[in-house]
Amino acid sequence: MRTNTRNFYLIPYLLWIALFVITPIVLVVYYSFFDVEGNFTFGNYEKFFTPVYLKMTLSSFWYAFLITAFSLLVAYPAAYLLTRTKHKQLWLLLIILPSWINLLLKAYAFLGLFGTYGAVNGILKFVGIGTQQILFTDFSFIFVSVYIFIPFMILPIFNSLEELNPSLVFAARDLGASPWTAFRRVIFPLTLSGVKSGCQAVFIPALSLFMITRLIAGNRVITLGTAIEQHFLVTQDWGMGATIAVFLIIAMAVIMLLTGSRKRGLQNENRKAV
Amino acid sequence: MKSLVQTFIAVLIVSFGLMYLTSYLNSSEGYTGKDTLTIYNWGDYIDPDLLDEFQKETGIKVIYQTFDSNEAMMTKIEQGGTTFDVSVPSEYAIDKMKQENLLLPLDKSKLPNLKYIDPSFLNLSFDPDNKYSIPYFWGTVGIVYNPDLTDLKFKSWEDLWDPSLKNQILLLDGAREVIGMGLNSLHYSLNDTNEEHLQAAKAKLSTLTPNVKAIVGDEIKLLLANEEAAVGLVWSGDASEIMSENEKLDYVVPEEGSNLWFDNMVIPKTARNIEGAHQFINFMLAPEHAAQNAEYVGYSTPNAMALEYLPEEISGDQRFYPSKELTSKLEVYQNLGKKMLAHYNELFLEFKMHRK
Repeated sequence: MRTNTRNFYLIPYLLWIALFVITPIVLVVYYSFFDVEGNFTFGNYEKFFTPVYLKMTLSSFWYAFLITAFSLLVAYPAAYLLTRTKHKQLWLLLIILPSWINLLLKAYAFLGLFGTYGAVNGILKFVGIGTQQILFTDFSFIFVSVYIFIPFMILPIFNSLEELNPSLVFAARDLGASPWTAFRRVIFPLTLSGVKSGCQAVFIPALSLFMITRLIAGNRVITLGTAIEQHFLVTQDWGMGATIAVFLIIAMAVIMLLTGSRKRGLQNENRKAV
Repeated sequence: MKSLVQTFIAVLIVSFGLMYLTSYLNSSEGYTGKDTLTIYNWGDYIDPDLLDEFQKETGIKVIYQTFDSNEAMMTKIEQGGTTFDVSVPSEYAIDKMKQENLLLPLDKSKLPNLKYIDPSFLNLSFDPDNKYSIPYFWGTVGIVYNPDLTDLKFKSWEDLWDPSLKNQILLLDGAREVIGMGLNSLHYSLNDTNEEHLQAAKAKLSTLTPNVKAIVGDEIKLLLANEEAAVGLVWSGDASEIMSENEKLDYVVPEEGSNLWFDNMVIPKTARNIEGAHQFINFMLAPEHAAQNAEYVGYSTPNAMALEYLPEEISGDQRFYPSKELTSKLEVYQNLGKKMLAHYNELFLEFKMHRK
C-alpha cells in the first residue's frame, strides 16, 4: 500500500515531465528533419555547419560567457556583503524586487534611459563627457543582460555563503591564513556549488536571449535565440529553427553535465578536507 | 489518499462546470447569433465612431478584436474556435490564406459601393478579380528623415549610402523590406528571384552596415520621433504616425521605386454572419465613411471617390498619394513561395550579422 501511495503521488510529476519536457523535445527533434516544404531532409543539419550558423553559435557563446562573467563579478561580492549585513532578508528582497517587473517593460525603460536624449546621456553631458551612443552597442547589450540576470546569480551564491560554517573561516584565520588566502582556499571552494548553479542559471538562458538583442542591441548582436525566433515567426522555416534548438539543447545538456559532475567530485574533496 | 482522490474529483467537477458556464455565457451573449458581427482588425485601425454608426444603421452589434501581426491572425483563424466575420490581412497573407482555404469568396452583388475603388487597386496579383478581398488601406515603403539632423535631400535609395549618415539609419526588421531596398537601389525588381541579383543586393547592403545604427521592430516609431537617428526605413503608415508625433520629420518614396502594400477586408471561413460581413464591407466602402476612416487612421485610402471628401492637404499630399509616374514604379510583394522566402530571410540574417 505504501509503495502504491508513493507511486500515486508520482503521477502528476510524471505526467508533467512527459507532457511538458519529453514531448516538446521529441517534437523539436522531429521537426528538425523537415525542410520548408515539409519534406524529410538532413539539409538543416548541413546548413547548421555552414559559416553563417557556426559564427552565430560562436558569438552566442561569447556573449553568454561575457554576461555570465560580469554577473559573477558583480554578484559574488554583493552576495558576500549581503551575508554580513544586519537586515539580510530586506536587502535580498530589494535585489530580487526588480525581477517582479516584466522583462519587456524593463527593456523599454532602458531604451529611454540610454537614448541620445535619455537620462544617462544627460548626466554624461552635465559631467562634461558629452553625448555618447550607448543604445545599440555591445556595452548596452551586456549591461542590460547582466542587470536582468543578476538576481539569478546572487541567490544561489547567497545561499551557499549562508550555509558556510563561519568557524571554518575563523579556523583558517587563527592558523595564520591572510584574509585573501582564507577566501581563496576556504570560502570560495566551499561556495563553489552556489557559483556553479548561478552560472548555469545565467549562462543557459543567456545563450538563447532574443528580445534584448533587438530592443537594446538593435540586432547588432545576433544570437541563436534571434535566429530561432526569426525562423519560427517570420520565415516559418520550422525545420531550421528546430535544428538550432536541438543544438542549443545539446549545448545545455553538455554544460549541465560538465558543471554537475565536477560539483560532486569537489564535494567529496571538501568532505575529506573537513 | 482518499482526500487526494476527492480533491482530484472536485477539481474535475469544477473545471467541467466552468467549461459549461463559459459556453452558456458565450451563446447567451450572442457570440453565435445573427445579430452580431465580430471584426478582427489591427489595433487602432478604424475610426470607432464608424463602428457606432454601423451599429445604429443596421442594428448589428459589433464586437471588435485586434491582432498585431498577420501571422498571429492567421494562426488564430486556422486553429478555429473563433467566430471572426471580417478580418483585415495584408496582401501576402491573403495569398497564403487562399492557399489554405481560410477565406470565403465575396458576393459582389452585395457590395455595390465597390465601384468607388480606384480600378488600379483592383485585380492585383495577390487576388485576381478580387474574389476574396477588398482593399482597405494602401501604402508604400520609404525613408523618414529629420532635416535637423541631416542636410541631405532624399530622392533616391542611393542617398542612404552617403558617408555623412554614419550610424544614423534605423531599419525596420523585415527581410522583404530590407532586401527589397537593396534590390531597388540596383534597379532590380522587389520580387527578383535571380540568385545573382540577390547576391548583388546583399553585397550592396553589406556596404551600408557602417551607416546602420540598428535594425528594430515597432520601436522604430518611438526612436525616430525621439530623434534617436536621422533616417529610418519605414512603412508609410508608420511614417504618418511618426510625423504626427514629431512634425519636423518628412517622408519620401525613393524614385527607383518601392513596395506597394495593401491591407484588405476579407471574410474568413470562421464567419457566422456572412450577410452582416458584406453589409459591413459595403458600409466601409461608402466614400464618406472611407474618407472619415482615412482621416482618422492617417493611411492612404484606395477609394477614389473618398478623396473628394478629404481635405486638400491630405488628398494632395504627394508623400502619401504619390504621382502616377511614381506609382507605376511601385510593386506589390508577390508570394515567392516558402523556399524563396526562406532564402530572403537567410540573406537578411547574414546582413544582420555584418559587424561594423
